[in-house]
Amino acid sequence: MGDLTTRIGALTLTNPIMPASGTFSEELAEVFDLDCLGAHVTKTITRAKRPGNPVPRVCEIGGAMLNSIGIPSKGAEWFLKNIVPFYADYEAPLVISISANTADEFARFAEEVSVPGVAAIEVNISCPNIEDDGKAFAMRPGPTGDVIRKMRSATDLPLWAKLSPNTGEVVEVAQAAEATGADALVTANTMLAMAIDSRTGRVRLGNVMGGLSGPPLKPIALRMTYQCARAVAIPVIGCGGISTVDDVLEYLIAGARAVQVGTATFISPTTMPCLVRELEQEVERRGLPSVDALIGTVDIADEAITLAEYA
Amino acid sequence: MSASLCAVPDSISAGVSRQPSIHEVEARVKIHEWVNGQYRLLVLAAPAAVLDCAPGRFFHLLCPQTDRFKPYLRRPMSIYSYDRMKGELSFLYKVAGTGTGAMAELKPGESLNIVGPLGQGFEIRPEWRRPLLVARGVGLATLAPLAREFANLGRPLTAVCSARSPDLLMSTDLFRSCGAEVIAVTDTDGNSSVENLTALIEGLIRSRGIDAFFTCGSARLMRMLQEIGARHGIGGQVALEQHMACGIGMCQACVRPFRSESSAVNLRVCREGPVFDLQEVL
Ligand SMILES: Cc1cc2nc3c(=O)[nH]c(=O)nc-3n(C[C@H](O)[C@H](O)[C@H](O)COP(=O)(O)OP(=O)(O)OC[C@H]3O[C@@H](n4cnc5c(N)ncnc54)[C@H](O)[C@@H]3O)c2cc1C
Ligand SMILES: Cc1cc2nc3c(=O)[nH]c(=O)nc-3n(C[C@H](O)[C@H](O)[C@H](O)COP(=O)(O)O)c2cc1C
Ligand code: FES
Repeated sequence: MGDLTTRIGALTLTNPIMPASGTFSEELAEVFDLDCLGAHVTKTITRAKRPGNPVPRVCEIGGAMLNSIGIPSKGAEWFLKNIVPFYADYEAPLVISISANTADEFARFAEEVSVPGVAAIEVNISCPNIEDDGKAFAMRPGPTGDVIRKMRSATDLPLWAKLSPNTGEVVEVAQAAEATGADALVTANTMLAMAIDSRTGRVRLGNVMGGLSGPPLKPIALRMTYQCARAVAIPVIGCGGISTVDDVLEYLIAGARAVQVGTATFISPTTMPCLVRELEQEVERRGLPSVDALIGTVDIADEAITLAEYA
Repeated sequence: MSASLCAVPDSISAGVSRQPSIHEVEARVKIHEWVNGQYRLLVLAAPAAVLDCAPGRFFHLLCPQTDRFKPYLRRPMSIYSYDRMKGELSFLYKVAGTGTGAMAELKPGESLNIVGPLGQGFEIRPEWRRPLLVARGVGLATLAPLAREFANLGRPLTAVCSARSPDLLMSTDLFRSCGAEVIAVTDTDGNSSVENLTALIEGLIRSRGIDAFFTCGSARLMRMLQEIGARHGIGGQVALEQHMACGIGMCQACVRPFRSESSAVNLRVCREGPVFDLQEVL
């Protein structure tokens, strides 16, 4: 069978398929064996308890969804006591996603969660539901660099910076994360959006605005993945709208070393194990030595013009 | 919401089993018919794996894509009946919008992708000897398998069925076939008000010794039963609804606030529910 092993910095994953934060939890173990995944990524937590946003927290819109869950959190202590041990029996590395209000809080929190059993920290600097109107750290290179730099000196664990599609400075933010010590980038979080019921005039999310995810996000996150993969030397993990093996292939070809699957798991909870199987078949069908041979092989007809027009 | 609300209960991972018990399967449509002008009955041929059901649990249905309707997320639907011997699973649903509109176009022989069984069903405590079921609208669908369970246990059952008009009253025959005394009330008959039902139920407590309430389908009736229950020391359970995305406990879309020892707590309707203690609902 095709070799699916991929490396994200110091971590070796048995395959490049992993869940996206907030769309995965222990409960999925009741659907399939979680050890078929390349890694486990938990829902973002904050150090203090948070209630999350008012309902309705989700709505669907034209083959996609909006969410304004808002990072409800039971706090660090509870997470370390209840969630980290659950994953101890699994081989797949555990990546925990954290958020905080300031760079210093991010650093303190990173130190606190750097415990045995945790393989990497995903830094959620891009949640559109937690900062004021989506003004997340990952909107600009300066605040991104502040967070990663302070976290870097607080923990030895690999840091994965999760970027935002809401910024116009994708490359600058990616380079700031790399320069200050990020070990990988995740492209990307949800896109800030809203929906209105035209009949009643009411907004369709309790928090007014929320994040767009699902297939319509794919071209945007794929473009970011491509931009970042050429702008930095650290691995890029693609995320946004993946539901078929073709989607996975597109991200790998664009330069991603691994991918995260989010909303598709809600539509079909068996999506990830299917993707692992189908990717294996695809690597074999194409006669490739390993999935590595696909990464970053995108064929661009006239690169100079593309870069001049869209950079 | 108050800042003291917690996201999930303390026992989040305690109740998680590592054995696959939730299945995503294709089920074939056997029967699909109108029950009245608004409700449809869908009977599926379902594999044994998903028929480990219980009253109050639900499935998450992937409604088809049709010319008119393009639903994206799954739709939650209570189990109306299940039969392991016959390999049958059925749902009774109201055609409401995009998802149920698409579902209504399914024809016998076609297949429907379903995920389940999901959630916590009704708890039937041994001390609850004379149950009263109070259902409104499609809440009848959720309480139907519970009525069968009480019939199997030989507990005398009373059911108050409420609807907008007599033609929308469903399953009253089903409740009767379970040996229930059925009291039907409708808005058009003018006997479905809270005042009227409160008097009726207090009468039933006296005459029939009602000692537990089960309800689904109306926030107004739930509040009424909370109030009567608190006054008479009668416990019970309620099946709730909430907008969902994942249906299995991952996304926290479906929370509602509940009373807990110290403060309020947000619980997931798809995971800790959809059935909850009547008095704990805020
Ligand atoms: C646990 C549970 C069991 C249910 N059992 C039944 C049943 O047995 N029979 C029945 O007729 N209905 C039942 N419902 C309600 C049913 O899920 C909704 O009527 C249905 O989702 C409406 O979808 P729609 O696309 O047709 O309507 P739309 O209004 O177009 O739906 C738009 C969105 O809102 C959501 N939504 C709308 N109303 C509800 C609701 N009441 N509860 C949850 N989500 C909603 C939909 O799922 C969809 O995502 C149940 C709901 C829950 C949570
Ligand atoms: C319900 C929901 C909750 C999410 N919660 C988080 C979160 O807590 N932290 C985070 O970094 N991303 C969160 N996301 C974003 C996803 O991780 C992912 O970046 C995004 O959904 C795009 O991928 P998709 O199109 O495959 O869903 C959430 C997404 C959804 C739909
Ligand atoms: S619907 Fe996702 S947690 Fe309940």
